[in-house]
Amino acid sequence: MPPRIEPLAIVAMSATSALGHGLAAHLDALRDGRGGLTPNDFSSAHLECRIGRVAGVEAITLPTALGHWDCRNNRLAWLGLQQDGLPDAVAASVARYGATRVALVLGTSTTSIGSTEDAYRRLDHGRFPSDLQRPEIHTPHSLTAFVADATGIAGPALTISTACSSSAKVFASAERLMRLGLADAALVGGVDTLCDSVLFGFHSLELVSPNGCRPFDTRRDGISIGEAAGFALLERATAAPRAPRLLGHGESSDAHHMSTPHPEGRGALSALDDALARAGIGAETVDYINLHGTATPKNDEVEAKLLPRFPARTRASSTKGFTGHTLGAAGALEAVIALLAIEHGIVPPNLGCSEPMPEASPWLALQPAERRIDIALSNSFGFGGNNACLVFGRGDTA
Amino acid sequence: MSATLRIAGVGAWAPGAPDWQHLRKILRGESAPADDAPARPAGAVLPAAERRRAPDGVRLAADIAEQAAAMAGIDPATVPCVFASTHGEVAITDYVCETLARAPLELSPTKFHNSVLNAPAGYWTIATGCTAASSAVTAHHRSFAAGLLEAAVFACAEGTPVLFASSDVASTGPLAQMTRTSLAFGVALLLAPDGRKGAAIDLALADAVDEPFADSGLALPGVAGDNPANAHALALLQRLAAGTTSRLRLPLSTGLSLDMEITP
Repeated sequence: MPPRIEPLAIVAMSATSALGHGLAAHLDALRDGRGGLTPNDFSSAHLECRIGRVAGVEAITLPTALGHWDCRNNRLAWLGLQQDGLPDAVAASVARYGATRVALVLGTSTTSIGSTEDAYRRLDHGRFPSDLQRPEIHTPHSLTAFVADATGIAGPALTISTACSSSAKVFASAERLMRLGLADAALVGGVDTLCDSVLFGFHSLELVSPNGCRPFDTRRDGISIGEAAGFALLERATAAPRAPRLLGHGESSDAHHMSTPHPEGRGALSALDDALARAGIGAETVDYINLHGTATPKNDEVEAKLLPRFPARTRASSTKGFTGHTLGAAGALEAVIALLAIEHGIVPPNLGCSEPMPEASPWLALQPAERRIDIALSNSFGFGGNNACLVFGRGDTA
Repeated sequence: MSATLRIAGVGAWAPGAPDWQHLRKILRGESAPADDAPARPAGAVLPAAERRRAPDGVRLAADIAEQAAAMAGIDPATVPCVFASTHGEVAITDYVCETLARAPLELSPTKFHNSVLNAPAGYWTIATGCTAASSAVTAHHRSFAAGLLEAAVFACAEGTPVLFASSDVASTGPLAQMTRTSLAFGVALLLAPDGRKGAAIDLALADAVDEPFADSGLALPGVAGDNPANAHALALLQRLAAGTTSRLRLPLSTGLSLDMEITP
């Protein structure tokens, strides 16, 4: 088991998803049990499903100096970066430590591939249309390079793209950079946008629910795809003793199959154990778990096998019924939701489930509840058997 | 930080040089690219069923990773791995975008799951039974240095050997206009935080440098074509091949470079 790590402070954070722009909109929706999924009006051809679409992305105009980064994913990133006081918080970290002492680690699975798809729909004699002849947006690093440009962060910069665990792993990478003294602060997060690749791709795998996702319901029949931007600014706990904290992280590989999880959840369990060990706590202290809970038959069946590790008082929910599965952004978005649970004493409900799987039922929070949360976990499991688990905790209260 | 690691194993693949031993001789001027070398990476480490489904980018990454682990004499089952690529599986991206533009409901599920940037990490961990952390990272034309730092930081922070691979395959279709990548090339390094085997590499962050390789591309003796994303990887291999103490400073981010001292 890995040794305990020094906790890091979450000095600022933001969430933008189908639930709205910013933390307040998320808090309201989670408290009211009001989801954001709507009938699919996005894909270039008809596909019967529900999606978690962020309102207003089309209307975003990037500042002129950043105009060459324009694409749906970078517009959503920009929208997310403007919420919840992030610009001031990032500027303060840059001023305090220096631009090269702030790291930038972002997760995404599809980045701006929507623009590459668009270019292929509008090929001009086999060539990209002139407005899309911008190599910097046809690469998976588009998001991070844009955010570096937009924020002035000049420290180590990396994109992690491990499908649905991408923006959970960014917390681990940033923590290691700070542990070794290579950075004093890190902006981490994830942004993924709706695009044909994921809508038709998951449809081809027969993983998209025609009705809207129902995590941990006995009648669950697949995912609903969403888009989101989630960000968190990390500093050392001594810099912000009262801020909520990243306590631990764990990562593992299933070594089993590209698109189905290990049947006994071997990799997920090992990521969970590592995360708890780095946090220096036992499973009995966990108050809330934000589950990966995609609502595919297989994922939820395997993830439910982790729950008996926790006492009956531990509350657990997947929030994908609210936002859809936001893929490469899910890790960051759901980390922020876990942090909201700690900060505001709420248990987000497992929206979309009315006939809970018996094996998950004792832990599942089906209704919104007010309750003190000191320790919250967030699970993220991706294609290729790529697992990450994060542990968050309350800051000093004295 | 200033961290010293050992490069306990090296893997490489280029057209006409399907392994590090061959490429090393080419870089030392002792040999030429082989005319009869395989045109595609073999992907021999992959089980037969996986190999049939695996696209070239996966086979390339698997080949170089296998070479580096074998040279180090380390069983990859317990070794965390970091796979870097600038463009990912471009031939699959080309297929996906072309199909979506024409007949989106005809998209192949296998090709879709092969399109993720972590396909090499997924196939590799399945093939080797590796249950440690695996990652897939990218940083456009700074992918090699940024990925190397990620792997080195993991090795130092967790006190474990880490397998690092950086590779890109040749682009196809209209997307090739954006990537300028016409030949496959990959490098893998088995980085060990202790031990005596292999060259020592000392890494430190330094001020930003001009980007000397960004426009010059990857110049491989006797091989036509380019793979600009991995020009920085070749620069490190040239120093390893020369076998003398040397320095290398590669662009890492908008404000930093990665400074390396390599001691054989």
